[in-house]
Amino acid sequence: MNTSSENTIRIYVMGSAYEVPRGLTIMSAMEHAGWRFTRGAGCRSGFCGACSTVYRQEGDYRLRFVLACQTEAEDGMYLVQLPFTPAPRVSYTLAELNPDENVLLQHYPEIARCVSCNTCTKACPQDIEVMDYIQAALRGDIAQTASLSFDCIQCGLCSMRCPADIKHYHMAQMARRIYGRYMSPVTAHLEERIAEIEKGVYEEEVEALVKMTRSELEEIYAARVVE
Amino acid sequence: MNNAAYFPGCSLKAEAGDYERSAAAVMEVLGQPLEELERWTCCGTVYSLTDDDLMHQLASVRNLIRAQECGADEIVTLCSMCFNTLKRSKVFIEQDSARLETVNAFMDEEQDYEGGVEVFHLLEILRDQVGFESIEGKVTRPLSGLRVAPYYGCTLLRPREIGIDEPDTPTILQDFIRALWATPVEFAFQAECCGTYQIVDSPEMVLEKSHRILNSAMRAGADVLVTSCPLCMHNLRLCYEELRSSLPEKRELSIIYLTQLAAIAFEVETGELPTSMAKLVEGLPTSMELVP
Amino acid sequence: MPSATKLEQFVGFRERVEMLSGENVFACYQCGMCTAGCSFADEMDVLPHQVIRQLQLNNWKVLECNAKWICASCLNCQTRCPKGVDLSKLMEAMRQIYLRQQMDNLELNKYSIDQIRCLPQIALVASFRKKTG
Repeated sequence: MNTSSENTIRIYVMGSAYEVPRGLTIMSAMEHAGWRFTRGAGCRSGFCGACSTVYRQEGDYRLRFVLACQTEAEDGMYLVQLPFTPAPRVSYTLAELNPDENVLLQHYPEIARCVSCNTCTKACPQDIEVMDYIQAALRGDIAQTASLSFDCIQCGLCSMRCPADIKHYHMAQMARRIYGRYMSPVTAHLEERIAEIEKGVYEEEVEALVKMTRSELEEIYAARVVE
Repeated sequence: MNNAAYFPGCSLKAEAGDYERSAAAVMEVLGQPLEELERWTCCGTVYSLTDDDLMHQLASVRNLIRAQECGADEIVTLCSMCFNTLKRSKVFIEQDSARLETVNAFMDEEQDYEGGVEVFHLLEILRDQVGFESIEGKVTRPLSGLRVAPYYGCTLLRPREIGIDEPDTPTILQDFIRALWATPVEFAFQAECCGTYQIVDSPEMVLEKSHRILNSAMRAGADVLVTSCPLCMHNLRLCYEELRSSLPEKRELSIIYLTQLAAIAFEVETGELPTSMAKLVEGLPTSMELVP
Repeated sequence: MPSATKLEQFVGFRERVEMLSGENVFACYQCGMCTAGCSFADEMDVLPHQVIRQLQLNNWKVLECNAKWICASCLNCQTRCPKGVDLSKLMEAMRQIYLRQQMDNLELNKYSIDQIRCLPQIALVASFRKKTG
C-alpha cells in the first residue's frame, strides 16, 4: 500500500490513520490532523519532558521512544502519547537528610531490584545512560548518579519501561539535589555576590530600573554587553 | 596474575569499604595491584536457579562483556556472593549456545559475549597464582599466637562445581591463616549459612543462625574470625553486638575480613578494625623482637 | 495472600516444577540427607525431603509451604545428596511459580526509611530477587 505522496505521509494516532504534510514534528503533525493537546505538551522545545511519545514504525519489531516536539513525523509511524507517568515521588526535607552512601536506597529501595537489562537506557529520548546511574546509585555513588542523569527532563519513559518498577527520574532528581546541597564545590564569587546583595550594593541600580519606561528598558536591553 | 580485572561489587563501595582498602594494600605488597573493571554493574548477589530465567543472568553477562571489552581474561572478586553469582552465571550461559545467543541478541547495544572470561575469588589467586609461600615471605609482623577461625560460609564452596575448595573439608583459609603465622582454629559451623538475605524480613532467624556460628567459633577458642563475605560480616557483627553483653568481660571475638588479617601481618592499610582486634594487634610481637 | 485458585490452575504441577528447575524429582529415594544437613529445617513447615516427596506425588498444595521462602540456597543439601538432586532449584521453581503470578513474599511498601538504613544493599538486592517478582 502506498501510504505517502510527495508532500504527505501517513501516521497513525491511537490506531486511526491520518494524512499529514511531510516535514512536521510529531506534535505539529498531530495538531495538523486535528488533535489538540490538553496534556502532553509544554515548552515545545525539548526541555520540559511533557510530550513523551512511544511509536512503532511499520516493519520494525522495536518500540521507539522520543519527544513529540523534537522528532520529525515519518511515514508509517504508529504513535501513542504518554503525558503522565504514575511514579510516586518520595517526600523528604533536603536540609534534614543525612547524605550517607545509603540515602538513595533508603528512599527508593526498588533500585535494588535492577537486573541490568538496560531497557531504561534504550527508552531514554535524551540518550542518558540510565542503567549506569541506577547502578551508581545502588553502590552509593551520589556524585556519579547526579552527573550521569544531568540531562534528564523527567519525561518518565524509563520508569514506564522498567521491569523492576524503579522510579529512575525521581531518584536521580534526589541525587542531583543532594549533590547540589552537600557535595558540589562552593563557589567563592557566589558567596561574595550574595554578601553584596545583602549589603544593598545594587539597590540603587534596581530602583533606577524600576522607574524606567518600557522604551528606556528596551533601549538599554538592546545595548547590553553580551558575553 | 594474568590480565585480570577486579570486580568490586556494591558492598565493597559501601559497608565493606574496609575489605577493599585492605585488599588493595595487600595486593600492592604482593606486586599484583587490583585494577578495577570499568562500568561494572551489580551482579545481582544471588544466582538465579531456574533454567528459563535469562533475565536474571543479564547483569553477570554484562560484567563478563565489560571484562572482554578491556581485554581482561579474568575477573577477580573479593565478595563471596559476587564470586558465586558471576561464576555460576558464566557456567550456565556458556553451557548452552542457545542461551548465549539469546542473551547476546537481547543485549544488542553491547558487543557479543564470546565466552571464556574466567571468574576467580581473590583467595584462589592467592593460592594458585601468588602462592602462600610468597605471602609468608612478605610477612613483617608474624601473627604468632593469634587464634583465627576460618569462616567460609556458603558461596565460596558450594556448589562443588564452582567452589574454590572441597565443600565439606576445605583447607584454603586455614593455609592462608598459617601463611600469616597465625593458628587456624577449625570449628563445626565454619561452612554453615549465617542466614544471609533473610535479615531483611526474618532478622530473628538470622540472629539465631549467626549465633550458632559465633558460639561454635568461640567455643573452639578463636580470638578472631575471618570472612570473605560482606553479608556474613553484616549478620555476624550484628549478632555479635547482641551477644557481647552476655559474654564474660575478657572473652571477645574480633570479626574481620581475611585481607584485613593479611594487612596486619604486612603492616599496611588495614581499614578500620574492631577495638578488640586493635588490642590483639598491640599484643603481637613486632618483627624486631623475633630477630634472634 | 496468594490465591489458591491461581495455583490450582497448575494441572501439570510436577512437570512445571521439573521444567523450571531442570531436576528429576524421581531421582530422590527419600534418604533424608537434605533435611539432616539443612541449616533452616527447624524453621520449615514442610521438611526438605518431604517437599520432594510431595512433588513426586504431584501434590500442588506443597506450593503453599513456607519452606520455599525460608530456603536461602545455602546448598548444603545439594552438596550432600547421594542422588544429585538439587533441591535449591526445586525451591526456586516453587518461588518462581508464585512470583510470576505477581504473588510476592516481601512487601516493600511497608519498609520505612529507617528500617532500610540498617540494611546493606547486598541483602536488599538478594531478597528482592528471591522474594519479589
